[in-house]
Amino acid sequence: MEHGCDRVYVCAGTGCTSGKSPEIIENFRQELNASGLSDVKVIMTGCFGLCSMGPIVITQPDDCFYSRVAPKDVAEIVREHIAGGKPVHRLLFKGSRGEAVSLFEADFYKKQERVVLARCGLINPEEIDDYIEHGGFAALEKALKAMSSEEVVSVIKDSGLRGRGGAGFPTGKKWEFTMNAPGSKKYVVCNADEGDPGAFMDRSVLEGDPLSVVEAMTIAGYAVGADEGYIYVRAEYPLAIHRLQVAMGQALERGFLGNNILNTGFDFNLSIRYGAGAFVCGEETALLNSIEGKKGTPRLRPPFPAVKGLFGCPTLINNVETYANICKIITSGADWFRSMGTPGSPGTKVFALGGNVNNIGLVEVPMGITLREIIYDIGGGIPDGRGFKAAQTGGPSGGCIPAEHINTPIDFESLKAIGSMMGSGGLIVMDDSKCMVGIAKFFMKFMVEESCGKCAPCRIGLVRMHEILERITGGEGEIGDLAELEELAEMVNELSFCALGQTAPNPVLTTFRYFKDEYLAHINDKKCPAGECSALLNYEVTDKCVGCTKCAKACPAAAISGKLKEKHSIDKGKCVKCGACMGACPVKSIVRR
Amino acid sequence: MINIFLNGSELAVKEGSTVLEACKGAGVSIPTFCYDERLKAEGSCRICVVEVEGAPKLMPSCSTLVAPGMRVLTHSPKVVKLRKKLLELMLSNHEISCLQCEKAGNCLLQDYAYEYEVDTEKTKGRKKIAEYASSNKFFSLDQSKCILCGRCARTCSQLQANDVWAMAGRGFETEVSTPFGIDMEEAGCVHCGNCVSVCPVGALKPNTRHKFRAWETRKVRSTCAYCGVGCQIDLLVKDDKVVGVEPAGGKSNNGLLCVKGKFAFDFINHKDRLTEPLIRGEDGRLRPASWDEALGLVAGKTKEIRAEFGADAIMGLSSARVTNEENYLFMKYMRAAVGTNNVDHCARL
Ligand SMILES: Cc1cc2nc3c(=O)[nH]c(=O)nc-3n(C[C@H](O)[C@H](O)[C@H](O)COP(=O)(O)O)c2cc1C
Ligand code: SF4
Ligand code: SF4
Ligand code: SF4
Repeated sequence: MEHGCDRVYVCAGTGCTSGKSPEIIENFRQELNASGLSDVKVIMTGCFGLCSMGPIVITQPDDCFYSRVAPKDVAEIVREHIAGGKPVHRLLFKGSRGEAVSLFEADFYKKQERVVLARCGLINPEEIDDYIEHGGFAALEKALKAMSSEEVVSVIKDSGLRGRGGAGFPTGKKWEFTMNAPGSKKYVVCNADEGDPGAFMDRSVLEGDPLSVVEAMTIAGYAVGADEGYIYVRAEYPLAIHRLQVAMGQALERGFLGNNILNTGFDFNLSIRYGAGAFVCGEETALLNSIEGKKGTPRLRPPFPAVKGLFGCPTLINNVETYANICKIITSGADWFRSMGTPGSPGTKVFALGGNVNNIGLVEVPMGITLREIIYDIGGGIPDGRGFKAAQTGGPSGGCIPAEHINTPIDFESLKAIGSMMGSGGLIVMDDSKCMVGIAKFFMKFMVEESCGKCAPCRIGLVRMHEILERITGGEGEIGDLAELEELAEMVNELSFCALGQTAPNPVLTTFRYFKDEYLAHINDKKCPAGECSALLNYEVTDKCVGCTKCAKACPAAAISGKLKEKHSIDKGKCVKCGACMGACPVKSIVRR
Repeated sequence: MINIFLNGSELAVKEGSTVLEACKGAGVSIPTFCYDERLKAEGSCRICVVEVEGAPKLMPSCSTLVAPGMRVLTHSPKVVKLRKKLLELMLSNHEISCLQCEKAGNCLLQDYAYEYEVDTEKTKGRKKIAEYASSNKFFSLDQSKCILCGRCARTCSQLQANDVWAMAGRGFETEVSTPFGIDMEEAGCVHCGNCVSVCPVGALKPNTRHKFRAWETRKVRSTCAYCGVGCQIDLLVKDDKVVGVEPAGGKSNNGLLCVKGKFAFDFINHKDRLTEPLIRGEDGRLRPASWDEALGLVAGKTKEIRAEFGADAIMGLSSARVTNEENYLFMKYMRAAVGTNNVDHCARL
């Protein structure tokens, strides 16, 4: 082949799409046509994971990895590389030693293990043939034609797969309960509400490999005896919804969905329902209410959904990522699955890595990997040479993990033991410039806004906790506030109706446990050690001052006084803490502390 | 029957009953706000939690079923501490004006605050500002007192089958409202007042011209005089005057009333109310008479008419305002004593 490239993969995940990847795809098609290279296929794919390097373009079979491609770069790639056979060096992704490396050679991928995301980036998510070519529907065929419902359930049980939606409940057990629940009408539901701030694991699976979820739900329907399923997906995920619709349409057309699937007589129909963006609607019983058209508030349990769920019928409800593991377990077996991860938490977990880390993106790692490996080996460490301070797993329901626990293995039990939780896969890294009281306040605010209001502990308790955190970060905290905060946290945790309220105090409790000195500094010394809480910061002029008067001119509050060529000073009472003086000083004599 | 251990003592309870029911049976009192034995368990107010050995968290007794050998502590230090904190929290979002509140003395929040020695100064903060304000001729809603127990909405929905109230909004801003905040009448309210009767605090209150404190009244059990259903009521009586009506849990009404039974009692003390028989004299004016004289007159006239025109010339019409038994007696009187089948009453429509 003269140009070494007959396929161009362009990431059309959310990150790259906002980086104009649709335009890149369009430009490739046009440029290739114009150069008489229309036999080169342009394939849009799901997320590759390395979002911070997007938009990502990969050529095959020569395996070149272009990062941060702009639409205007396309002509050059087509001309030099595809037509001319010479990759465009300046656009190729460079490894740690500055050499061009292929996608899966990058450090980012070395410690990853891609099961759930295996096809993301390899196939066109809107092409069922691509899916089939990459092993799609083998599991469905095997389950429907060669296995009984009981056998399917027992493989899932043996695999030790645990729910990826947050709580880590054994999936096989749930399937078994639903299978054994009496009732002629049953449902299978997929929880794609993903409300965790900063999380986009489920979204990427749905955007990159939607058929894997459709296939798994069909298998689940067969296993538990359901002929109808719902996917509850956030309305804020239009691309995921679109790809799901395309996937379901194609599966229906090819007989992988609908009536008499694969001529086995098994019927299974799927519909999509949109969530309106309420975090609590990710809680499974609130989700069921929402599908039924009722207010999205949690239901009393028992009865559990497996016994009495959607429209009063036995219902299996699993998370997107949980389903995305199913097909591979059916085809490769429980032992294969157990060969990854830890005995208590087998398999892999997808994390949305964000915050103060170099490689922001989507990673899939075997359970049991340490936080350090994720942050440093995969995430490439903390930017700007800053130190690691803490990581938040489990989103607003989880906890802050301090540096002393950075070697904690990531599995359900270990995270719980240090006061956090696995959650659905948000992983936010914080460097040493972050105020931990501020972080606790941020998550508490989120929960205040997302409380459904059904029970008083959460409805009022979270507001009171947030008010206290506001006071502390605002410099008005009193030492008694800490005891009150703890009392409230205990009560909200014990008495709340659902897990939203029960887990909402976690960020406060963990920051309290690991960073109590920061709380005390805010209260006793009226100082924010991280220098983030503006109410606690003061601007001061140091001896470096040359008396140029520039700061005094810049101050909008006329808080700075001083004679020409003499040291100036700031009146704390007048200062509005805007920082204008700091920017104006030519000799950097003004400090904030 | 199965055995559980309630606060250390073994107790035989009916299988399938809740811990709360078991406690009630054993005379152990547990605070509740959202619970009403007639309604489906909601489990949302959280005040009825108890400690169940082996459970990871405190359990709501209203919706936890008993199990053989279950060990339950209803007033362990932890339970008491957390109930107290919850009450502190609820009161921090409540307009505490017990001095002016008509509900004082008959308010669960007040009772439990006393029982659990709540310090209302401890937990403080902003209070909810509700959007929906409702009042009608019969009752009004004061959202600043509402604790969102949801009893009003569930009573209206599950017992009155009208679905007028809803818990609208989310989180701290949740409030009692009609669907989309429309007028109560438009939402289908029949002013039965059953929501008012179940409100445990001073949020839904009858509009009343009477001034009274709960402890000044005594309850007189009676049968509602408006129709033949026989709803059981408790008349609230202060200084021998009826100042209010509360539904009682009779077989015929299950603690419910209609608008008349609940609110229309002021006729009892009305100055125009007939309290003795009146006979119209030759001059066309009504004069008071004794029962003997009045009944004698009616009996005499009845006999006269029957003798002259036959019994079927007479028609008896009784009232929906009397009891079934009284209507029955009247029917008997017309048929057996007067001798005609011409008998009817006004509420047979
Ligand atoms: C407040 C709250 C939010 C939740 N959000 C989600 C979510 O966005 N996605 C999800 O899969 N599970 C979510 N869950 C967990 C679900 O209730 C449920 O456990 C899960 O869907 C079960 O699936 P799994 O067993 O496959 O994890 C949430 C739970 C709570 C309490
Ligand atoms: S804890 Fe209570 S108020 Fe909070 S989300 Fe759950 S049910 Fe709603
Ligand atoms: S008065 Fe009756 S109908 Fe009207 S809201 Fe209350 S319970 Fe419902
Ligand atoms: S108005 Fe009364 S009954 Fe209704 S929710 Fe509020 S406190 Fe409960």
